[in-house]
Amino acid sequence: MEEKTFVDDIDRSIYDIKNEEKDVYRLQEGLTSAIVQQLSREKNDPAWMELFRLRSLQIYNNMKIPDWGPSLDGLDIDHIATYVRPNTKMKRKWSEVPEEIKETFERLGIPQAERKSLAGVGAQYDSELVYHNVRREVAEQGVVYTDMESALTGEYADMVRNHFMKLVKPTDHKFAALHGAVWSGGSFVYVPPGVSVTIPLQSYFRLNAPGAGQFEHTLIIVDEGADLHFIEGCSAPKYNVANLHAGCVELYVRKHARLRYSTIENWSKNMYNLNTKRAVVEEGGTIEWVSGSFGSHVSCLYPMSILKGRGARMEFTGITFAGKGQNLDTGAKVVHSAPETTSFMNTRSISKDGGISTFRSSVVVSKGAGKSKAAVSCQSLMLDSQSRSDTIPAMDIRTQDADIGHEAKIGRISDEAVFYLMSRGLSEEDAKAMIVSGFAENVSKELPLEYAVEMNNLIRLEMKGSIG
Amino acid sequence: MSSQILQIKKLSVNVEEKEILHGIDLQIGKGETHVLMGPNGAGKSTLGYALMGNPRYEITGGEIWFQGKRIEEESADQRARAGMFLSFQNPLEVPGLSLNGFIRSALSAGQGGKLRFREYRKELARAMELLQLDGTFGERELNVGFSGGEKKKSEILQMLMLKPVLAILDETDSGLDVDAVRTVSQGVEAFQKDRKGSLLIITHSTRILESLHVDYTHVMVDGRIVTTGDGALVEQINREGFEPFMNPEAVERS
Repeated sequence: MEEKTFVDDIDRSIYDIKNEEKDVYRLQEGLTSAIVQQLSREKNDPAWMELFRLRSLQIYNNMKIPDWGPSLDGLDIDHIATYVRPNTKMKRKWSEVPEEIKETFERLGIPQAERKSLAGVGAQYDSELVYHNVRREVAEQGVVYTDMESALTGEYADMVRNHFMKLVKPTDHKFAALHGAVWSGGSFVYVPPGVSVTIPLQSYFRLNAPGAGQFEHTLIIVDEGADLHFIEGCSAPKYNVANLHAGCVELYVRKHARLRYSTIENWSKNMYNLNTKRAVVEEGGTIEWVSGSFGSHVSCLYPMSILKGRGARMEFTGITFAGKGQNLDTGAKVVHSAPETTSFMNTRSISKDGGISTFRSSVVVSKGAGKSKAAVSCQSLMLDSQSRSDTIPAMDIRTQDADIGHEAKIGRISDEAVFYLMSRGLSEEDAKAMIVSGFAENVSKELPLEYAVEMNNLIRLEMKGSIG
Repeated sequence: MSSQILQIKKLSVNVEEKEILHGIDLQIGKGETHVLMGPNGAGKSTLGYALMGNPRYEITGGEIWFQGKRIEEESADQRARAGMFLSFQNPLEVPGLSLNGFIRSALSAGQGGKLRFREYRKELARAMELLQLDGTFGERELNVGFSGGEKKKSEILQMLMLKPVLAILDETDSGLDVDAVRTVSQGVEAFQKDRKGSLLIITHSTRILESLHVDYTHVMVDGRIVTTGDGALVEQINREGFEPFMNPEAVERS
């Protein structure tokens, strides 16, 4: 019996095809107020936005890089081009998107998915949306789904201004400030009161340019009694220079509304994924997060939910898969600030081939949040003895009248279970993949079918060539 | 020779550097049912694991021939695809994997990916009825929350579906109530009669053998086969226990 088991790394070639960079416009690499102003001019920002950017830059310059998580030493922020605009204007017809960019998305299955099962699709290539389309019947319900730039000046300009970075303020942390200064692209969604969007909306983010940052902003408002499922997918080819993703997601769930926000993140393994996501939920509303993290070199991702109204609910279902050279620091936060609010976090993390996965949970129940319930359940599976898995729970409960539960399990893949499956004729690779897929099952069943299939393919791909 | 399904020649097996089996010889012919009995700790289960190819069980000497081929170097899945099956004494839990999905994957692995779905459904329903399993049982997660009886029935169900040439049943009757033993042995009987399968039944009790035809009985003590007889030997053990077969000195001392 070998002392150490070892699982090989995988072939990611379908995600790694890179296109020649043909951007018309690329900002010089460092970050100064002149550059931010230039970016603002290029984007035809309203005046308030230009000021907002400059203020954010100031905050950014005065803040320290956080030192509590994974090391960010490999990230040279002075040399990450903040804004790369692809050589095209946004299109509403898929056939008009330039061939090269189209091919990239075709390979990733985006238009096929739209034809089959989505109400609307936005596709962002580097810093700008290149394609955006919403089904007519959804638009007729009054649902707004547009790129952030148009939203800033269009019919909903006031609504955007009143919500933009109000939930995630630039002062939150250094990368929120950076986002405020250089954000570009992303989506704005508004679902009017009582409207149920029965098929999901989707955004797909693709970062092609090397050494660039993607800073898309997603702002979603689901009005009273409305219902929406929004999906975001992310990927990038691998370059030898670090890329940065510092997006920001702000979700407003009004009274008795429901929003499900699903993410499959499969960035290339040199990406620093420092994304900030936050939701505020009013009385009787529900936020459901489904989050799959497979890619990136370093991730710091802890979606936060503020349960502000009585009876508000949040559910977080997440899976993290950390392979060679990956340090995925993920988790979720919830603040119960009203009575009878409930939260449930259920996560799985898998690490192999020296990968590190850390799960942080934070539950805060404030004094006025009596009769609230919070449950955290996290399980980790390490596929070999070189990998690491940590669980860091934090709880701050300020009322006697709350029902709190926490459960954590960390384990290695069992050789005996692998033998059991092999004794029925399954190869070692298949046996391990089945155990891992089974471990991930309660997360994958929360995903839309084609994403569940993609996730299982990713697991299979990750397990390929594994030896015991 | 050609009718021999399994031939074990002078097999020695180590577990964690300690020799447990000391030169086992055993031959099983087509359609034969062999019973391997012996007191706890004799090494019976070790033989089952070593035959199936558990990497924790290191073969230090001897040969295993299965259907005319030496298999000591083959992995468990290769042995399984060649027609060997081991019913586990303590089958492992695999959360998130349904019993049904598992059997289907195992079957298609054995058949190179081809599986006729309708026939499969029919066969599964028949086997489940024989074992008195509920139709929804197949949707449950593999061995998760199964009772002792359900675990053993699930093992026999897998055996019936995978149709091995040789099935090794490791303590399939342990921890079962009378009714469950009867149901399980009906499954084993079906394997004997309908499939003409060869069997190596490892047990330290005789309950499962009451309704089964037995061709040979072997008694293992301290990692050696000390006696081989026919089905009547089972009755003798039933009456007298294992003491007559134990090391005479040990018996005297006790």
